Amino acid sequence: MSYDNELYQQVILDHNRNPKNFREIKNATHHCHGINPLCGDDMTVYMDVDSEQGVIRDISFVGTGCAISKASSSLMTAYLKGKTLDETRIIFDEFHKMVLGEMDPEKQEHHLGKLKLFRGIREYPSRTKCASLAWHTMIGALDKKSEEISTE
Amino acid sequence: MLDSNTGLSDKSAIDIEKIRRDFPVLSQTVHGKPLVYLDNGATTHKPQCVIERVRKFDAEEYGTVRRGSYKMSEQATLRYEEARQKVAEFFGTPDRKEIVFTSGTTQAINLVAYSYGRKFVNSGDEIIISNIEHHANTVPWQVLCEEKGAKLKVIPVNDDGELVMEEYEKLLSDKTRIVAVNHISNALGTINPVKEIIRKGHEAGAKVLIDGAQSSPHMKVDVKDLDCDFYTFSGHKMYAPSGIGGLYGKMDVWESMVPYVTGGDMIMQVTLEKTTYAKPPARFEAGTPPITQVIGMGAAIDYITGIGMDNIFEYETSLLEYGTGLLQEIDGLRIIGNAKEKASIISFVLDAAHPHDVGSMLDQDGIAVRGGHHCAQPTMIRFGVPATTRASMTFYNKHEELDVLAESIRKVIKLFS
Repeated sequence: MSYDNELYQQVILDHNRNPKNFREIKNATHHCHGINPLCGDDMTVYMDVDSEQGVIRDISFVGTGCAISKASSSLMTAYLKGKTLDETRIIFDEFHKMVLGEMDPEKQEHHLGKLKLFRGIREYPSRTKCASLAWHTMIGALDKKSEEISTE
Repeated sequence: MLDSNTGLSDKSAIDIEKIRRDFPVLSQTVHGKPLVYLDNGATTHKPQCVIERVRKFDAEEYGTVRRGSYKMSEQATLRYEEARQKVAEFFGTPDRKEIVFTSGTTQAINLVAYSYGRKFVNSGDEIIISNIEHHANTVPWQVLCEEKGAKLKVIPVNDDGELVMEEYEKLLSDKTRIVAVNHISNALGTINPVKEIIRKGHEAGAKVLIDGAQSSPHMKVDVKDLDCDFYTFSGHKMYAPSGIGGLYGKMDVWESMVPYVTGGDMIMQVTLEKTTYAKPPARFEAGTPPITQVIGMGAAIDYITGIGMDNIFEYETSLLEYGTGLLQEIDGLRIIGNAKEKASIISFVLDAAHPHDVGSMLDQDGIAVRGGHHCAQPTMIRFGVPATTRASMTFYNKHEELDVLAESIRKVIKLFS
């Protein structure tokens, strides 16, 4: 009677219950609002970037969404803290390709660390946007996008 | 056994096992579990007789309609208009010309917003909808109001999801041109008092459109008794193919309206200087219509009429009561929408898990439900939830399937808590 799926692994359930960096950053240097219009997931990503060093000093998120989007946001913020902006863009690109099924972390080199646990989402096309919303919003913040980011 | 659980008498006109055999899809398994299909509010499956009618028509009887002077086209035209007659009688009008086919309710409402609204709504006029409409019965009116400088007013709902009729009366005035509300809310299941809404709308001098997408498959509808000006329907929610639907309209209202889509088949005469329009319904059906789908629609209406709309409503009410009882017993589950008059839709939220997660988890047990805002975001905002999980039942569902649903929900809560 087990839910044998890669979608709801224990790590994801834990991060859903107790998300990391689930807070605003006052005086954030970057922030962006992202929505998934299909399901109504809604979040804001805040970043404090050291522009001279090109390093993410702090990153956080607030908003509402499903377990996948919450866990993805939580794990993303935990993973990116302290990374350089160049590293961050490479990781974003790899994560995006992984959830779309264009890159297999079991077979190809990557810099995703434990984020590779989202590999299974490729089996659930209706849920890939739940996992990628935080990432698109984070890139929107870095690119100083003033308009809302949408997964559509 | 079933009787004591369901409250259905032995004399229930629904022979559920026989009905289930009519729907080939219901014998499928999903993730190794028997399919429990509870997303009928989104779309319904087709009985074998509809599938077979569509196949036979395409294989043996297909032809263009209202054009050819050869037998095949004449026969196809005959079948096409017979299907229109079936739809007309199903909705309670003897005049098939009052039925216009569209791709479904969305296009039907857009047609009225364009063809009636553009002609008769002016700056300063008002249109009334409710707080529990589908986006299809919201956005076309917003667009029209913006274009015309008209005002959109909204009937509020109480905490049970029922329209506050006293507030509706206050919204009505001599500025009201159109009232557009659903018969049954797709997100909550509320059955709205449309007869009263129509009567009061008419007293104010407004035309009244009823979005019948959720009601037409589940209850007897009589447009003449209701006295509505428009009544919309979607075939794919009525066991017919997708891509077909339409609306009833009063003939004098149809005749006052301008075309929505223009082109072939909707004209009386075309010269390079001027075009005169055909009479309804052709005026509103430009181009070659979805012929096969219309034939399928006719077959679907034959099928549900054969079961009987009153029998369907009675049986589905027993499903609603049984399912509501089961779900109310689950700790950490809250039903959104508790109207006294309610159709077989149960919308709920869990403290432990988001509706999308609930949907994905139930899928693992073979259960198909909808998780999301149901294209009714203003409804979600009203009830302070981003989304709900919705189980929408129909006459091919078994009471036992709701036991499976309740059991699976308990497992979700356990895993996510």
